[in-house]
Amino acid sequence: MAKIEALHPWKEVPLGCAILEAGNARKFKTGDWRSKIRPKTDYEKCIKCGLCWIFCPDMAYGHREDGYFDWNSDYCKGCGICARECPKEAIQMIAEEE
Amino acid sequence: MAVRKGMEVSIAVSEAVKLANADVISAYPITPQTHIVEHLSELVADGELKAAFVPVESEHSALSACVGAAAAGARAYTATSSQGLALMHEIMFIASGLRLPMVMTVVNRALSTPINIWNDLSDIMPERDTGWIQLFAINGQEAVDLTLQAFRIAEDPRVLLPVLVNLDGFILSHVIEPVEMPDQEQVDRFLPVFKPVMRLDPDQPVTYGAFGSPDVYTEVKKQLEEALVGSQKVVAEVWKEFRSIFGRNYKPIESYKTKGAETLLLTLGSISETAMSAVDALREKGRKVGLIHIRLWRPFPFKEFFQAIREAKVLAVVDRALTPGGIGGPVGLEVKSALFQKADRPYVAEFVAGLGGRDLTVELFSEMVEKAIGYARKGKEMRYEMIGVREK
Repeated sequence: MAKIEALHPWKEVPLGCAILEAGNARKFKTGDWRSKIRPKTDYEKCIKCGLCWIFCPDMAYGHREDGYFDWNSDYCKGCGICARECPKEAIQMIAEEE
Repeated sequence: MAVRKGMEVSIAVSEAVKLANADVISAYPITPQTHIVEHLSELVADGELKAAFVPVESEHSALSACVGAAAAGARAYTATSSQGLALMHEIMFIASGLRLPMVMTVVNRALSTPINIWNDLSDIMPERDTGWIQLFAINGQEAVDLTLQAFRIAEDPRVLLPVLVNLDGFILSHVIEPVEMPDQEQVDRFLPVFKPVMRLDPDQPVTYGAFGSPDVYTEVKKQLEEALVGSQKVVAEVWKEFRSIFGRNYKPIESYKTKGAETLLLTLGSISETAMSAVDALREKGRKVGLIHIRLWRPFPFKEFFQAIREAKVLAVVDRALTPGGIGGPVGLEVKSALFQKADRPYVAEFVAGLGGRDLTVELFSEMVEKAIGYARKGKEMRYEMIGVREK
């Protein structure tokens, strides 16, 4: 669970629990919910098709300048959809290092 | 000048919403609320009320549209009944949780099954814990006055909560009563233009309705509870000001012939007037009987309640809803819980009556009073008694 920077006493909670600062969801690194596996791409097999990037339900893949795709540990939940959809079986789900 | 004339109460309520200058009205028609929103749609279509009338596909959407409108800073209004209110249930918590002022008229009607369009309080009682301020009108004049007051209470920066006004289906909503409609100048003086403390504004973006983790949820609920309980002070102020402008007086617990009364009937809504006739008849026979009726149901006015019953030896509570499998009806439950810590408390006899439009007559109220006195004398241990149920 991501840490909330300021925990308000009840009298100071913004009215109706509104969020007054736009875009603060950026501060929530939801990758720490990840199950104990993560994707690993074999760039020898990868054909840069981008299906991992398309299918990732958390938009945790980024497009690199060299055309390959990288996972982002800040957001990946370890669901394995990228590995399942990869047409070249270039992505494997491996155990998370403790 | 305010004019007193005979009006159908539903029409009078919609005229009050017009006087309150609502910006957005979103509703779905349901018996017996229909005349209210039907007339409002006419007022908007005829250009008499400059408002957006949003016809929707369900009550869930009706209240959701009000939530959106109030969040954008509009004065929002809706009305419903029975199944419609049940369908709003989910959004009821959202309106109060987001601290959005809005007003709803609940034209009380029984819940299915069996399908029943007639009056009781089984629709509003399950909404007791939704965080709304809840008022009861006993006649047409009160329905008009409470509607105007509701906007003022809801929009007070110290409150910022939704307010609902209950009026009994058919036996109040569809009767023609003499009503003094306030004039626009008076209403404008009492109810200024709504100035939201916070609203959805593209130039100053805020997020409404985001998730709240276990780290914040408790504090948000505490804040809501304090606002609801604290609203009673504002309600009292609003009633004081209402009285100074319109001359009519409102109290959280209303008393009728309670002086010297040993037995008090306790009612909610328009049946209170029938019960008053029963009190008159019993008083004529020399019985020491009075009545109190609850105007402000949420937040419950404990202090005023204790004050109102301080001389009573017997309370005869009339509930028009059941809490199935529980100790009785919701009003009895509330009152008994409130009295539990009082060493000196009256005997409470609880009656469930008037379900699904079953007539509640003067004779039945007298019967309940007599029964309550008898049970008190015997110290009868009772949960509740259902009045008028056929055994064979």
